Amino acid sequence: MSVRVGKTAAAPSFPVAAKAALKNSQLRHNVHHATDVIRDKRALRVEEMPDWQALRGAAAAIKAHTLRHLDRYLVEFERNCTRAGGQVHWARDADEANAIAIRLIRGYSGEGPAEVIKVKTMTSDEVQMNAALEAAGITPYETDLADMIVQMGDDEPSHIVVPALHKNRREVRDLFREKMGRPELSDNPEDLTHAARTYLRDRFLNVRIGIGGANFAVAETGAVCVVESEGNGRMCVTLPEVLITLVGIEKVVPRFADLEVFLQLLPRSATGERMNPYNSLWTGVQAGDGPRIFHVILLDNGRTKMMADAMERETLQCIRCGACLNACPVYRETGGHAYGSIYSGPIGAILSPQLQGLEHSRSLPYASTLCGACYEVCPVKINIPEILIHLRGREVREDQRSLRALTSENLAMQAAALAFTSQRRYEAAQRLARMGQRLFQRGDELVKLPGMAGGWTKYRDLRAIPAQSFRDWWKQRGATPPTTTTTTTNTTGSEDA
Amino acid sequence: MPRRYCICRPTACRPTIKRSPALRIALFVACYNDTLFPATGIAVTRVLERLGHRVDFPLQQTCCGQMHYNTGYHREAVPLVRRFVEQFAEAEAVCVPSASCVAMMREHYAMIAEAEQDAALAAQVHALLPRVFEFSELLANRLGVEDCGAAFAHSVTYHPSCHSLRMLHVGEAPVKLLRAVRGLTLLELPEKEQCCGFGGTFAVKNADVSAAMLEAKDTCVLRTGAEVVTALDNSCLMQIYGGLHRAGSAIRTMHLAEILACAAAPAEALR
Amino acid sequence: MSEQTPAQPSARDEILARIRTALGAGLPAELTSQKPTPEAAYRRTGQLNRVAVLDLFVDRLKDYDAEVLQVGDERGLAGALGDALNGARELCAVVAEGFPEAWLPMGFEFLRDGGLSGLLSIAALDSAQAVVTTCAVAIASTGTIVLVHGGTQGRRAATLLPDHHICLVRRGQVLELVPEALERLKADDPAPITTISGPSATSDIEMTRIRGVHGPRRLTVVLYGPAELEPVS
Repeated sequence: MSVRVGKTAAAPSFPVAAKAALKNSQLRHNVHHATDVIRDKRALRVEEMPDWQALRGAAAAIKAHTLRHLDRYLVEFERNCTRAGGQVHWARDADEANAIAIRLIRGYSGEGPAEVIKVKTMTSDEVQMNAALEAAGITPYETDLADMIVQMGDDEPSHIVVPALHKNRREVRDLFREKMGRPELSDNPEDLTHAARTYLRDRFLNVRIGIGGANFAVAETGAVCVVESEGNGRMCVTLPEVLITLVGIEKVVPRFADLEVFLQLLPRSATGERMNPYNSLWTGVQAGDGPRIFHVILLDNGRTKMMADAMERETLQCIRCGACLNACPVYRETGGHAYGSIYSGPIGAILSPQLQGLEHSRSLPYASTLCGACYEVCPVKINIPEILIHLRGREVREDQRSLRALTSENLAMQAAALAFTSQRRYEAAQRLARMGQRLFQRGDELVKLPGMAGGWTKYRDLRAIPAQSFRDWWKQRGATPPTTTTTTTNTTGSEDA
Repeated sequence: MPRRYCICRPTACRPTIKRSPALRIALFVACYNDTLFPATGIAVTRVLERLGHRVDFPLQQTCCGQMHYNTGYHREAVPLVRRFVEQFAEAEAVCVPSASCVAMMREHYAMIAEAEQDAALAAQVHALLPRVFEFSELLANRLGVEDCGAAFAHSVTYHPSCHSLRMLHVGEAPVKLLRAVRGLTLLELPEKEQCCGFGGTFAVKNADVSAAMLEAKDTCVLRTGAEVVTALDNSCLMQIYGGLHRAGSAIRTMHLAEILACAAAPAEALR
Repeated sequence: MSEQTPAQPSARDEILARIRTALGAGLPAELTSQKPTPEAAYRRTGQLNRVAVLDLFVDRLKDYDAEVLQVGDERGLAGALGDALNGARELCAVVAEGFPEAWLPMGFEFLRDGGLSGLLSIAALDSAQAVVTTCAVAIASTGTIVLVHGGTQGRRAATLLPDHHICLVRRGQVLELVPEALERLKADDPAPITTISGPSATSDIEMTRIRGVHGPRRLTVVLYGPAELEPVS
């Protein structure tokens, strides 16, 4: 099975990629600004909602229930979609999904060069559909403004909802000037957006095949729902003759009524709006309105691997709102590219390793301080910090069964475990540390610590271990403490004169 | 250079401390406080004794297991859970001056017992945890105290650590305790809910990002103009100090307990 | 559906088998009639009176850059439509087959889409300056109009290509909350649905919200009729 999550398998580790990203001050400035803006907008919109927590609870319950019965809801969706004139296909992995799409396109357009218009779907990035289409002589045109910017720049998306957030207006202007042949373009966002509108209009009106994704697939009715802002989604799902929708199997919801929960949570979480400009909901094929041929490709690509363990399954509740990215203090400093996957930020740190397999993306579960800001904002209550710890546990267990058991980290952890399981060893370790630090002590500070600890002293000062530990003090003052406190003793921080 | 100690004279006025019935409070000081920040444990002892309670310190205590557990060494944490639960089983109340340790216990101890399929351990955990308190929780919720009779005439800014904020939900308790300190000027920390970047082993495994997050935090601290930064966790304070001191700042870091332990004429409190 | 050779399971079979194995299920369970959604603790009924609901609707529409015109009843519609088209200096608008003649003002060209007139071509829709539709329901708290396409609500392409969408909304169709509005739509109606909340927008460039990307750049809502909530049809 060739499960692929974009270029995750070949990406450098997070600490390496992050270090490079940190040097890019333009990127960091853009990311700070963008995440601050959306975070503040989201906070405003959430404050308005007295039943926000109840909505989150309902959404989490619906998703958890659906995943526990995913097989029957997928079958129900397939039946209802088919009955309404849609055609449902199943793809085990990235290659199969792409092969199905190519076969469907060829079946319609014959063997010559073909074109398709695409509306934003991270799932197609996940399977690297554009590359597969191009290799088969089919040209895909991205129509989401940000995806278009990314495609033109031969770049990678850096955020789930605003994929070009790492680009500022001047960078976009330069791209458009070159790729659209518009040397006179200014960097005013209104002008840039208008240029995109004109550029894409012709494509929307003339390209016969559209490819998109779905935010939700309703089992009860066989309907598919696309949530968007720009209108290119409406264009792509309405105007072409043939529509192919690629959707991860976890996007199913049981009933039409369930949308009342998600359509309140998603826009406020994703873009800080009460409602996004357009939601499109359609079932199969409708005579005289929209595509006359409609295909759905249901995608596995590693999702079923995550179904057995309850904590891993919780990851699949994600509705791709991106709120966790905007809340994450780590993402705020590095941006999305550092995660080496189209799914970046906190959700990326748990989803990419699980889809792709832990042997790739090993560093991602550690790309977090476990601060919990993501969990606080997740509309479907995915306990991301808990899942990160779970994945770290899996990695360590795997490492310990291999030669990686000999790393300095594991040996240090084993030594610490030994020390912590006996008072005698613990106190000996304290004494040892106090003695050993002399090698690195300058006055009251420790400098240039070796090995991994050097990561600390590279950026931060560190006070030396005090001569007297707390338990030394406790032992010294005797078993019975004074009953009156006429004097109290305090130690202050440092000794700076 | 020898540490300088501040000898605080008793206050002239009677401190208005609300007395709750005297308790025997077992102190779980936390391994890193024991070794690196003994002043915090000392301060906790002073404050609790001043309030009329008795403090015990079971010497066999070592570590709550968080460092191992959070880094993925789950098996290694199990004996540490057992030790804690056994050593503190009989305590009337347990005081832990480390929000991250209490979070570890509340979030994971029951899960660990379940994963071990050890019903007895799980029962012990469930019986003990309601009696375990982070330091500010103990004062506010268990002892019913807001005014500890403290005096500290300096400007202070409070950094809410992620564990205390999002996992323990300590809420306003630390701020109320600080507001009751005579002479203390409390200055609001901008963007206070942003993580300082410590994150346990994250600080060294992702040192570059940790430092970048710290820079953002320290910039906010400096903007307050405060003389002192305080928090419920010395791990955060170690991180914040590390960056401030490297940048040449003279801002002090003090655990909340150390501020509350000051019951003196303000001028001598901080030399 | 996917091809299946005797020796190899289809992708469908494999995926379903993986799910069932993972969940510990044996044979596929029968779908029960049990409601999967837990008892709703979130708001499903609004608290505001009708005046407040309508004020909120107008306020939210304006917040998202839609233009709002208000008339008493059907007799004011032609005038309001004329104003909306004049205001944008538009001369030509698309209306669905069956759109009441009495609502259409004089002095403009109205292209009929569908029915005996036949469907307008994509090019014709693109060159039309405006489109006029009715709607199925509207949501006050979010400033949203919901079209269930067909009839006077028009087909999807018709409400998408012209640059100005004028939507006639009866006051009795406006609900306060999202669940209240969706409840009024028939789940088993196969007609496509579009929810519209203001003109299209993007914030992709430096988080600056730019109005009007690909969909209609102007949205006008004409409110008419009595304020009382209409019964569910």
